Amino acid sequence: MNKEKLILVIDQMADAMESQKEYLTELDNSIGDGDHGINMARGFGEVNKKRDALLKMEAGDMIKNLGMILVATVGGASGPLYGTAFMKAGTYLKGKEDITFDDFLESFQCAIDGVMARGKAVEGEKTMLDAMMPAKRAMEKEWKITGDVKKSLEAGIAAAKAGVEFTKRIAATKGRASYLGERSIGHQDPGATSFTFLLEAIASRI
Amino acid sequence: MKKFMNDVSKVEDEMILGLVKAYPQYLKKLDCGNVVIRSKRKENKVALISGGGSGHEPAHAGYVGTGMLDAAVAGAVFTSPTPDQIYEGIKAIANDAGVLMVIKNYTGDVMNFEMAAEMAEADGILVKQVVVNDDVAVKDSLYTVGRRGVAGTVFVHKIAGAAAERGEDINKVQAVAQKVIDNVRTMGAAIRPCTVPAAGKPGFELAEDEMEVGIGIHGEPGTHREKIKSANEIVDFLLDKILSDMDYTGSEVAVMINGSGATPLMELFIINNRVSDVLKEKGISVYTTFVGEYMTSIEMEGFSISLLKLDEELKSLLDEKADTPAFKA
Repeated sequence: MNKEKLILVIDQMADAMESQKEYLTELDNSIGDGDHGINMARGFGEVNKKRDALLKMEAGDMIKNLGMILVATVGGASGPLYGTAFMKAGTYLKGKEDITFDDFLESFQCAIDGVMARGKAVEGEKTMLDAMMPAKRAMEKEWKITGDVKKSLEAGIAAAKAGVEFTKRIAATKGRASYLGERSIGHQDPGATSFTFLLEAIASRI
Repeated sequence: MKKFMNDVSKVEDEMILGLVKAYPQYLKKLDCGNVVIRSKRKENKVALISGGGSGHEPAHAGYVGTGMLDAAVAGAVFTSPTPDQIYEGIKAIANDAGVLMVIKNYTGDVMNFEMAAEMAEADGILVKQVVVNDDVAVKDSLYTVGRRGVAGTVFVHKIAGAAAERGEDINKVQAVAQKVIDNVRTMGAAIRPCTVPAAGKPGFELAEDEMEVGIGIHGEPGTHREKIKSANEIVDFLLDKILSDMDYTGSEVAVMINGSGATPLMELFIINNRVSDVLKEKGISVYTTFVGEYMTSIEMEGFSISLLKLDEELKSLLDEKADTPAFKA
């Protein structure tokens, strides 16, 4: 994938965050402080405003700068977490003009590592990691077996959705929802949900 | 939603502008965003910075001034400020004595302040931090991110601010701030929710005869929901939670009855009447009492009770002069 295609992926992510703004906020109302959709839409709205500047950069820098914009505009916990994820992925992709699916998977792992370090979290704590990590494993597996990008992304999305379902069954131990303890069971994690929308946005443009 | 505002996306900006225009003798706004610093800087002292989401007015910008904070950073309503904003605040007040960050314990706040500290440290600025976690409604265990920081934070601003103003070094100021955190406990309840302007509708719903007990300052759900009771019964329940969390027997305390934004003073005084009586009955002596709006939740109708256990050091720092828009001593 080259940078012309990459900017379309970024557009699609911004569209997804805008159209899911209310839904994500609604989810956050139940177990958090009710601003996840608003914050993500504000962040990606800012990304949209800086589209021309991003387009002048090479692919890796584009992703890294996308992360920096999110850190500076999203706020809350999602800002540093998504910001770190994109900054780490972008740093890995630096210098690559044509991003292969192997590059994508590697950069995805960098993003996961970044989120784990910044959030001091692991899988199973009702966070975005519960969608990210199964998605990564599913994509890797499918990619090894079939070598088909589309199928691999589909497998990733299915695993992310299953991860979101899984977050309904567990109690939060990280993030604001952890204050609810057992009362958070039954609600899906807004961060895992927004990640799934982003992955769908990426897949729809590849 | 019905609010006195112009543009949802400008609520925070216009609020900060209005605040600074009301108190130019105390406050100055940085050009880079919603960062407020003292209009008259005092050099060669540890600089204190705090902040958080907007919607808690007068926290935190109202506590910028002599004997309290040097800078306050305001994020979007109920949303942590971003690292670049906090970093600008730190740079604006930094001096050789160092900067102490007073952070309320929320995942986002801690992450954003820590990222800002990393940026400032790369510039050679000495930055330390304390994390306030006074809300006893939330269970503290190895498996959660810990208790929330709520109204007790104002005591940290006051007492650590006094220590800094006295010229104590950063280790001492940090230790005093931590001592306040270790000795303050808070719990609250609410009977009507608040509406985040950008969301347009209340964050939760309560039936006319219901209350949320143990509620957080962002309208987060508390420990439980039940039918509303008399003020005395509610106070007794909250005090019982606070007093069973820490041993206050025989001690002197500072009391804060904090209104959440839409609770009349009349009701806050009714609450304090009971708090004062119960403490007396239990042999806990009230050194000083603060009743008013210190850490609000926009227009939530609720209150919290904070008890700070005092020793001679904390008493003398609490009595030191403070001159800020929202807190004077």
